[in-house]
Amino acid sequence: MSTPEKKNMKVALFVTCLVDLNRPSVGFAAVKLLEAAGCTIMVPDVQTCCGQIAYNSGDKESAKAIASQVIRAFEGFDYVVAPSGSCAGMIRHHYKELFDGDDTMMVAVEELSARTYELTSFLHDVCGYAPRDVSLETSLTYHDSCSSLREMKVRDQPRALLGGIKGLELREAEDREACCGFGGTFCMKYSEISEKMVDTKIDNLIASGAKTLAAGDLGCLMNIAGRLKRRGADMKVLHVAEILAGMGDKPGLGEGGN
Amino acid sequence: MPSRDKIFARIRHNLGRGPLDEAAAGALKARIEGHAPHTIPTRTDISRDKQIDLFQEKAEALAATVARVPSLAEVPEAVRDYLAAHNLPTRIKMSPDTALDGLPFDKTPMLEVSRGAASPEDEVSLTPAFTGIAETGTLCMASGPETPSTLNFLPENHVVVIRKSQITGTLEDSWAQLRAKFGAGNLPRTVNFISGPSRTGDIEQTLIMGAHGPRRLHILIVDDEK
Amino acid sequence: MQVTSRHFKKGAHEALHDENIQSAFSRVKSGFPLARARAAGELPEFEGLRDEARDLKNHILQNLDYYLEYFEDQVLLQGGRVHWCSSYTEARDVVLAICKEANAKTVTKGKSMITEEMALNDHLEKNGIEPIETDLGEYIIQLAHEYPSHIIAPALHKTKEQVTELFHENHGKYGLTERITDPQALVNEARQVLRDKYVAADVGITGANFLIAETGSTVIVTNEGNGDLTQSLPKTHIAVSSIEKVVPTLEDASLFLRLLARSATGQEMSVYTTFSTGPRRMEDIDGPANFHVVLVDSGRSDLLGTDKQDLLRCLKCGACMNHCPVYQAVGGHTYGWVYPGPIGAALNPHMIGLEEARDLPNASTFCGRCEEVCPVRIPLPKIMRHWREQAFETQVTPKPERWGIGIWAFFAKRPTLYRLMTRISARSLKGMAGKKGVIRKLPLLTGWSSVRDFPAPEGRTFMEQWKKQSQEGK
Repeated sequence: MSTPEKKNMKVALFVTCLVDLNRPSVGFAAVKLLEAAGCTIMVPDVQTCCGQIAYNSGDKESAKAIASQVIRAFEGFDYVVAPSGSCAGMIRHHYKELFDGDDTMMVAVEELSARTYELTSFLHDVCGYAPRDVSLETSLTYHDSCSSLREMKVRDQPRALLGGIKGLELREAEDREACCGFGGTFCMKYSEISEKMVDTKIDNLIASGAKTLAAGDLGCLMNIAGRLKRRGADMKVLHVAEILAGMGDKPGLGEGGN
Repeated sequence: MPSRDKIFARIRHNLGRGPLDEAAAGALKARIEGHAPHTIPTRTDISRDKQIDLFQEKAEALAATVARVPSLAEVPEAVRDYLAAHNLPTRIKMSPDTALDGLPFDKTPMLEVSRGAASPEDEVSLTPAFTGIAETGTLCMASGPETPSTLNFLPENHVVVIRKSQITGTLEDSWAQLRAKFGAGNLPRTVNFISGPSRTGDIEQTLIMGAHGPRRLHILIVDDEK
Repeated sequence: MQVTSRHFKKGAHEALHDENIQSAFSRVKSGFPLARARAAGELPEFEGLRDEARDLKNHILQNLDYYLEYFEDQVLLQGGRVHWCSSYTEARDVVLAICKEANAKTVTKGKSMITEEMALNDHLEKNGIEPIETDLGEYIIQLAHEYPSHIIAPALHKTKEQVTELFHENHGKYGLTERITDPQALVNEARQVLRDKYVAADVGITGANFLIAETGSTVIVTNEGNGDLTQSLPKTHIAVSSIEKVVPTLEDASLFLRLLARSATGQEMSVYTTFSTGPRRMEDIDGPANFHVVLVDSGRSDLLGTDKQDLLRCLKCGACMNHCPVYQAVGGHTYGWVYPGPIGAALNPHMIGLEEARDLPNASTFCGRCEEVCPVRIPLPKIMRHWREQAFETQVTPKPERWGIGIWAFFAKRPTLYRLMTRISARSLKGMAGKKGVIRKLPLLTGWSSVRDFPAPEGRTFMEQWKKQSQEGK
């Protein structure tokens, strides 16, 4: 059933920098899903990024400046939803640490934190949404991104939603909760270690026998897709939002033809 | 400044205070003397019989072997049978514990029993336990003139006699009994908690038994709760 | 020991190309984590106990001076001696002095991380005393003149073939000349050799998992029984411990014991948990006649009151490294100092300096698995991030990295400019990819391209498409 519990929720989409630049279709898939779940969607114009790159690189001042921008831009909406556990986790959990001790900012930070969600958990837990009349004939394995899994407690929600897709067979991979080795700038600064991690991940994904890989974070997906292509392995890579929105037939990451 | 003073000065400085005042120190002293338990797993909230079964089940899962003996009088034969079944030497070093004084070894003349602390040539030891802990199948051994702790480690084969009434639920029960016997704030020189025979995983994470302590641990549960 | 953390990247490169290291550390993944998960699953109270343990450690740290003094009083009352050492140098000298007082020629040693930190063995050897490690893993790496690659499985990186060779080279002098390969036979041979050492040793040195204030006891936890033979056979027992190991009561120790083995190896209890209190009693017929506790600070107290104080909660169980994908990839020695894995990445910068250890807190994806399994819930990723912040603030972070972040942040703070830049990037990257859908070589980002292709952007950014749609009144 897909009747939302609350009607006309004003939801602001936090597009994420990677979706904006690299795969806008994930953003449109998110919009489609949220609208189908009964939400009114806004996309604040001044958003760029959540600031995580600066934050994780130790540049706290830049991270704070960017976070302040996000806090202002996303004032006044019922919810803020991102098609990424990583960015949503940054806003929900880490802004508090960034502004620790700043009592004036903290009010706004806590308020924003409480209404910020990762896409699939928002659809499932808040909207009570389930896909209808969406089908995709494929076998699929789902990669749990670390931030979604451990920071945002997203594990069962995407699987429940995917369970509503006709023709889709879910195959769990071994060690599915292991990191893919992306880690933002980590994958470039420690590329050899990252290579080992993504190879271990890919071996497990391939061993699942699934033809398609989905995840809720574009960073992981670009890392895995990029390595799959380098290895010449044949596995289609999509963001979970694309599949749920009935866009599963479009070319996967790194396939061209967009 | 002596190191002791330096360390205490640094601790207090970094905690942003001086020595604790009398009230605060008194509260901590009371905390120690009250020695309140934390959450205790509920798995041992079961009947006495089930506690004994749990103790045995847990000990066996740790690769110890367990036999039930109807009374102390039958311990020598149980020891003999165990040693025979495993083709082990019949010379035994037994704790000089009065609790084991009355064991009728005259019924098992093939067993050669001497008493005292362990020496390197001893291959089989026979010792009493202080308590048994059903929660994890653990034996608690308290050292003393009658219970030298080297017997728990030097010989390759360790046979332990424990009376059913000594088996309790949890680790905390053993503390209570140790305090009752030795007084609050006191422990014997060595208290060993033993959970199965010695083992190591240090070569390629392969589990090998008998690293330094006993290769075999055999527990005789003597029924004294009839 | 030689600190090599500075060469983390080089070490990682070598480890990633070393077949032995790769097979040894990939085994970690399938062993310890599964056992831990099973043990945690079988104890319904487990998660709650972790909260209690975290809170108890915090309470102890807030009152560390009180509990240490109480502990000292009890040790003295039981007839033991307490030695306070501010630094490693001091601690080494204290241990040496006790050994000399005992006229020691050989000392046996149980496993202890603090004596690794102190590099105690080197110091004893230089002064004519032979230290013999008795934990099998420690014994193996002592023969190899190496240091632990894992805090509870120190010889994890050694293959059984390497152990065979080490024993063959070193055991000939005991008349054991056969080259044995079977793990059981190797363990038996070490058992045989070390048995004589236990008996011959004049002093036994152990570490301590806990110090009990209530009773003045030191506690060791082992599976082999080596620690017990080490401390019960020689005339003198020295327990060396860092100061944060003190716990108030036996009940408090019980809480930690329920978490320690489960988190470390997935056992409910380790095989031997031993509480040692004072020297042997008047009527005792075995046990050490002298009991010394050497308490070492060396940097611990400096963590109190800082954003890294939580590190002092560590029980040294090794769960963080058992679950760490980076540790599994590069092994323990790559970290370059005593503590590997996430706890090393968070602690070593404090112990050996941020400049030396800069790579350690950086070489993490912040996947969070370490914090997820830490029995005392140390926020390891957060502490690593704080080191990154400190490195950035104090210019320890290399210039190219700082510039890169600076340029990116410049745009991210200016949405209009940022839009322009992303529009240009999306188009040009798509152009570079052509029909292939991927870019093989990404300019500037060689770290990406050396390993992966870059999935090409779709060509127009989300924001520009959205704006267009909105303007067209969608």
